Amino acid sequence: MKRKIVVFLLISACFILQSTVFKSLALANISPNLLIVIVSSFGFMRGKKSGLLIGFFSGLLVDISYGEVIGFYSLMYMYIGYFNGFFKKIFYPEDVKLPMALIAGSDFLYGILIYFFLFLFRKRYEFGYYLMHIIIPELVYTILVTLVLYRVILFINNKLEESEKRSASKFV
Amino acid sequence: MKKKSKISMPSKYILMIISLLCIIMIFISFRTNISTGSLRTVSGYIYVPVQKGINRIGTFFSDKADDLNKLRDVMKKNEKLQAQVDKLSIENSNLQQDKFELDRLRKLYKLDQKYTSYKKIGARVIGKDTGNWFSVFMIDKGSDDGIKKDMNVMAGSGLVGIIIDVGPNWAKVRSIIDDASELSAMTLETSDRCFVEGGLMDMNEKQMVKFTDLKDPDNQVSSGAEVVTSNISVKFLPGITIGYITEIKIGSNNLTKSGYITPVVDFEHLEEVLVITDLKEKGGK
Repeated sequence: MKRKIVVFLLISACFILQSTVFKSLALANISPNLLIVIVSSFGFMRGKKSGLLIGFFSGLLVDISYGEVIGFYSLMYMYIGYFNGFFKKIFYPEDVKLPMALIAGSDFLYGILIYFFLFLFRKRYEFGYYLMHIIIPELVYTILVTLVLYRVILFINNKLEESEKRSASKFV
Repeated sequence: MKKKSKISMPSKYILMIISLLCIIMIFISFRTNISTGSLRTVSGYIYVPVQKGINRIGTFFSDKADDLNKLRDVMKKNEKLQAQVDKLSIENSNLQQDKFELDRLRKLYKLDQKYTSYKKIGARVIGKDTGNWFSVFMIDKGSDDGIKKDMNVMAGSGLVGIIIDVGPNWAKVRSIIDDASELSAMTLETSDRCFVEGGLMDMNEKQMVKFTDLKDPDNQVSSGAEVVTSNISVKFLPGITIGYITEIKIGSNNLTKSGYITPVVDFEHLEEVLVITDLKEKGGK
């Protein structure tokens, strides 16, 4: 229960920051994608199930506030969370390379999917342009933010796991 | 992990179930207008007040950054201008420029009087689309303040966009520079109609929006012509300035022209907007 509340607050905070403060701090009209950092981190830290559920709710939040149809972003974030869950086996908190690579990969995939579904289908064929001017800059900016945000998420997750272990051992 | 969850379902199945649910939802929201339903109302009450507050912090930072940039810009400009002053005092072309400006201002003045006949309410921009692909934003007025879907949104003297979704205390605006935006427009002077399409690429590269299908057989339209919303548009009220033509060329079919319009609104620093509460369908009454 405690975990649910904390994660809900974390998603809310990132969503609100992403739509306000980071939009004002946008460099060349590009702002980072904080939600993908959360979804993907919880995916590889907690496993497939957490990843897909957190992804679904983050996506739903984007859908109901800025989406055209309900379900599109939910679906996308959910699959990103789910696939990050496969890497739980090789995840060690001390190693920062894997999380970075996974988050970068997730954000890249996210950009490609959006281009494919929302732009290519409307006859916007200049993929190279969108890649160089939207997808890659967003990726770089997101990675920069990840350097800080990932530590926060890791810290929160460790605290939660500690308190869960404590309450579990009480029962035993 | 195992002992905690009493009913443990493999994540595969959860994924499949929610995927199916999402796909169904996508189809439902395509077909019906579920989007304005209870979900958005709830999220509106939770997030809108917080966004309002936090947005102030954001604008504070961007204002500070802008100030620095402006100072640098102004210093650079100052040098340039100094050189220009000498040049211009020799060439006596000012007169010519003044004349053009007078014409334009007169036209603007007339337009301004036209706008006053529309009823407007002010609103503040509180949040922008979380992604980098579309140009949709939220304002802090909603159906409680009398805002309805399809109302036009202005800032200063130009068209910003149209309301696409409304909640009790918020409304969603799609700006005309959004990649999915398209509207019917006309040139102010000759009333030749054309389409104005927003585009992510055009906006990023040139800070302009594209226009197409301009029928101008007599070659009367040139760059600098003012483009306003057309009187045949379904949702947009007639005569709102969109911008000025910057580039114009003949299309491949040799019948119509296309090119680019520089919008009059500064979309990057949009903070307050005006919502016209007259709807097009009732425009005449």
